[in-house]
Amino acid sequence: MDYFIELFFSGLTRGSIYALIALGYTMVYGIIGLINFAHGEIYMIGAFTALAAATILSFFSLPLPALLFLSLAAAVIWASAYGYTIEKLAYRPLRHAPRLSPLISAIGMSIFLQNYVLLAQTPDFLPFPALIPEFAFLAPYAGVIGSSDLVILLTTAVIMALLSLFIKFTRTGKAMRATAQDRTMAMLVGISVNRVISATFVVGSALAAVGGLLIASHIGQINCFIGFIAGIKAFTAAVLGGIGSIPGAVLGGFILGLTESFATGYVSSDYEDVFAFSLLVLILIFRPAGLLGKAAPEKV
Amino acid sequence: MALLELHEVSAGYGNIQVLHGVTLQVDEGEIITLIGANGAGKSTTLMAISGIVPLRRGSILFKGRPIHTLPPEQIVRLGLCQVPEGRHIFPGLTVRENLDLGGFLRRDRQGIRKDLDFVFSLFPVLHERRHQLGGNLSGGEQQMLAISRALMAKPDLLLLDEPSMGLAPMLTRQIFAIIRRINREHNTTILLVEQKASLSLKAANRGYVLENGRIVIADQADALLANVDVQRVYLGI
Repeated sequence: MDYFIELFFSGLTRGSIYALIALGYTMVYGIIGLINFAHGEIYMIGAFTALAAATILSFFSLPLPALLFLSLAAAVIWASAYGYTIEKLAYRPLRHAPRLSPLISAIGMSIFLQNYVLLAQTPDFLPFPALIPEFAFLAPYAGVIGSSDLVILLTTAVIMALLSLFIKFTRTGKAMRATAQDRTMAMLVGISVNRVISATFVVGSALAAVGGLLIASHIGQINCFIGFIAGIKAFTAAVLGGIGSIPGAVLGGFILGLTESFATGYVSSDYEDVFAFSLLVLILIFRPAGLLGKAAPEKV
Repeated sequence: MALLELHEVSAGYGNIQVLHGVTLQVDEGEIITLIGANGAGKSTTLMAISGIVPLRRGSILFKGRPIHTLPPEQIVRLGLCQVPEGRHIFPGLTVRENLDLGGFLRRDRQGIRKDLDFVFSLFPVLHERRHQLGGNLSGGEQQMLAISRALMAKPDLLLLDEPSMGLAPMLTRQIFAIIRRINREHNTTILLVEQKASLSLKAANRGYVLENGRIVIADQADALLANVDVQRVYLGI
C-alpha cells in the first residue's frame, strides 16, 4: 500500500509539471490556434536561468527560501521575455499567413533555441542545486512523499488557483477569454488583440519557467534537451484534456503523470512512454476532441 | 456637421474587390440607412469603417480625422462602435460579462453603472438573464445583448448591421423603436445597414443605395421611399 501511495504522489508531482507546461500550449492554442512547439524550450530556458541565478546568488549566503524565491523570479522574468520575443519575431509576422507557416516557424524556433543553449552552455548535464528545503516533519514519511513533491504540488495548486482568478476576474483575463471566443468581436469592443496575444505568451512562459525550476531542483540536473521531451509530454497532456481547454490541460497533465508513474512502478520504466502515448491514442480514438474539449468542426 | 465621411473607399478580401469607390457622409444626430441586395458590400463598408477590413484606396474621416490607418481598438476609443451582422455574442461569457466587455475601454465606474442600468431598463430580460451564458440566449435576446453591449461603450456613432435578421416582426419593431429612442435621447448618430429597406427607410433621415460596391442613389429617406426604382427593387412594391 505504501508503494501505491508513493507512486501516486510521484505521479502527481510529474503531473503538476506537465500541467504547468500544458497550460502554455493550451492557452496559446485557444487564442491563436497555434501549437507553439518552442514552448518546451521556454521551460528549459527557465531551468537554465534559475541555475544561473542560483549559482550567482549562492555567493551571498542567503537563506534557502530566499534563494529559491529569487531564482524563481529570475526564471519567470527571463523566460517570459523569451516567450514575448518569440511571439513578436517568429509568429506575429505570420499572423495572416496559411496555418502551416507559423507551425513550421515554431518548430524552427524550438530547434534554434535548443542549439543556441547547447552552444552557449554545454551539451552535458549540469548539476542543479536542491533549492527546495527538506522539511523535518516529512522525515517519517520519506518513503512515501518527499519535500520537493510536497512543494511542487502546493506550488502548482496555488498557481492554478491564481490563474483561474486572473482569467475569471481581471481585465486582461476577460480580454483573453473574449479573444479566444471571437477574435473579430474582441477587436470591435476595443480589445487590442496583439496585446492579448503577447500577454498569453508571457503568462504561459512564466508557468513553464516555474515548472522548469521545480522539476530541475527535484531531479538535480538539467541539459539543453530537457525541453524537447517535456514539451512533447505536456503537449500530449494538453491534447488529452482537450486542447484549448484550461481545466483540460490540468486534468490531462495529472492523468499523464499518474499513468507514467504507475506504469514505471508496476511494469517497467522502459515502458512509461509506451503507456503514456497508448493512452493518448486511445483517448483520441474515443474522444477526438480530448476529455474536456469541445468538438468543433473545422472552419472552412 | 459631418461626423463620418467616406471618400472613394475601395476595399475587399484577397483577390475579390467588394467596394469600388464608396463615398458617403453621416452628419451628427442623424439616422442614416444603407440599403442594398445581398453581396452589395454593406457589411464590408461597415467593417472597413471599423478598421477590420483594410482600405485599398480612399479615406475615412471620423470627427474630421482620418481613421482608416488606425487599428480597430483606437477607432472604438474615438467613439465609433459596431453591432456586427449575426450579433457575435461571446458565447462562453455571461450576459453581464458581455456587457462589461462592451465598456472595455472605459474607466469611469459611475458612468458604466449608469449605462448598465440604462440598458437593463431598455431590455429587462437581459437583467433577468445576466448570469446566463450569452450562447444560451435566444436570437432576439442575443440581438438585444449585442446592441446593449455596443451602448456600454457610449458611442457617438453606432453602426448596426442587419439588426432585424432572424427576428419575429414584433421584435423587429421593438428593436427599431429602441434604435430611434437611442438616437433621440442619447443623441447617438446611427448608420444602419438593412435588407428590410422599408422599415429602415421609415426610421432614417437619409439613405444610400449600394449596388455592386457602388453608391447608386443617395437621397432623403422619404424621397427614397417614393422613388420608383427603389420601390421596384428594394421595397417589392
